[in-house]
Amino acid sequence: MKPLLPFFEAVGRRWVAVFEEVGRFFYILHSTILWTFRKPFDVREWVRQMVRVGVESVPVVGLTALFTGMVLALQTYRGFARFHAEGFVASVVSLSLTRELAPVLAALMIAGRIGSSFAAELGTMRVTEQIDALYAMAVEPVQYLVVPRVGAATVMLPFLVVLADGIGVFGGYAVAVGLMGANPVVYWDKTFQYLDLNDVFSGLIKAAVFGLILAVTGCSKGFFTTGGAEGVGRATTAAVVMASLVILLSDFFLTKILF
Amino acid sequence: MQEQSSGSSRRLPKIAVIDLWKSFSGKEVLRGVNLTVAPGESLVIVGGSGAGKSVLLKHLIGLIQPDRGHVIVDGEDLACADPERCLAIRRKFGMSFQEGALFDSMNVFDNIAFPLRRHTRMSEEEIAERVRECLNLVHLSGIEKKMPAQLSGGMRRRVGFARAIALKPEILLFDEPNTGLDPITAAAIDRVIMEMRDKLPVTMVTITHDMSSAFRIADRIAMLRDGKIVAVAAPEEFRTLPDPYVQGFLAGQPVDEEVA
Repeated sequence: MKPLLPFFEAVGRRWVAVFEEVGRFFYILHSTILWTFRKPFDVREWVRQMVRVGVESVPVVGLTALFTGMVLALQTYRGFARFHAEGFVASVVSLSLTRELAPVLAALMIAGRIGSSFAAELGTMRVTEQIDALYAMAVEPVQYLVVPRVGAATVMLPFLVVLADGIGVFGGYAVAVGLMGANPVVYWDKTFQYLDLNDVFSGLIKAAVFGLILAVTGCSKGFFTTGGAEGVGRATTAAVVMASLVILLSDFFLTKILF
Repeated sequence: MQEQSSGSSRRLPKIAVIDLWKSFSGKEVLRGVNLTVAPGESLVIVGGSGAGKSVLLKHLIGLIQPDRGHVIVDGEDLACADPERCLAIRRKFGMSFQEGALFDSMNVFDNIAFPLRRHTRMSEEEIAERVRECLNLVHLSGIEKKMPAQLSGGMRRRVGFARAIALKPEILLFDEPNTGLDPITAAAIDRVIMEMRDKLPVTMVTITHDMSSAFRIADRIAMLRDGKIVAVAAPEEFRTLPDPYVQGFLAGQPVDEEVA
């Protein structure tokens, strides 16, 4: 057994690290929820973060959705043509976008754009003692820094996804009608024929949950940063990787629960 | 444990530290610290690098929670359960950090105005007036619009002081106020601290490893070593303490750890 000890130690350390990470995530989530409903409410900070997460992400999310819709139409058109089912391209595009692709891809893009910047910002504030300074000024750092960021991401992601739904469907329409010669009236009709309002709503619920996940991950990574400039770099990378993974994992379970 | 001998501790202490223990990942940093700070006095805690000075100072304001022991401020234990009560106790404090810890997204004015906007209902004119007052106290003016990155190290620290006193705290904590500064700037910082001590009705706790600075600003000096307070005395008395470690520290000479 003795020679195997280092191996077990290494495995054990890994597991401890994983549990620490999970603990930090839920600690931040818990105190965020707690401090969201306490005064003072920082309207200015909320608006600032909402502009940052929402408005400033429109180009990125829009482009992602446009090309996703376009390539989806292109691929399904080629594939479905083999068994003469081109008529269903519109339904496939609209269903897969609203239920799955728009929320997941938008969330992944925002995780890269916003989750990372949350981690970098809070991480820098941590290593330069600015978070301690807030605390020393009797300002709860979670309330001042984390609550508006998590709130903004949770609120704004569904809006971005509504936009992505629209732009993606338009992209599919443009490719199918403009490039592949589908009948515009039929395509438009088929887009909505099998689409329920519930499909859209489930996508929006997903979006809100993903927004919460990516913001809490970014904030907790930043909030618990150690080790100076290098630590900030590590926190930033880890925030994106972890948020993306958790988004993809939770996507499966959310889909299973929601329908 | 060590009993405080100074006469000033006869009054109800502003801060009382009782048997404070703290370890980080197995390493014991504080090993039963006992310390009292009398109202209105300026206590300087000295000690070598890694003696646990910063950790002790951060315990005083609750930035770090002890493993064991208590920090009592005005008769109230800091380890209180209610987070809002904690915030109220913390409002009695102003703390200045090593590198200033200014918010780098805000200019000097907004940095100093931040606690005022957050905690008071002062109008913008009153805030501007108070910011000017605080900057005057630390001998700075006309830099309100500058960003922290544009300031020198000494100026950043003084802006940090100004921010710490903005809310008229009862207790001021200084974390290594003149570490890493040239001797002239360091002396200027000391002068600012002395002026604040004389002009403001505050209790001050400073940590430093600079003995000349300690003698300038202290009413009492406490020596922290290996996670314990090994000596507390008024400055003139402190110079004559027989403890070999204290004498080594004063002379700037290495002391054999085993012998001491």
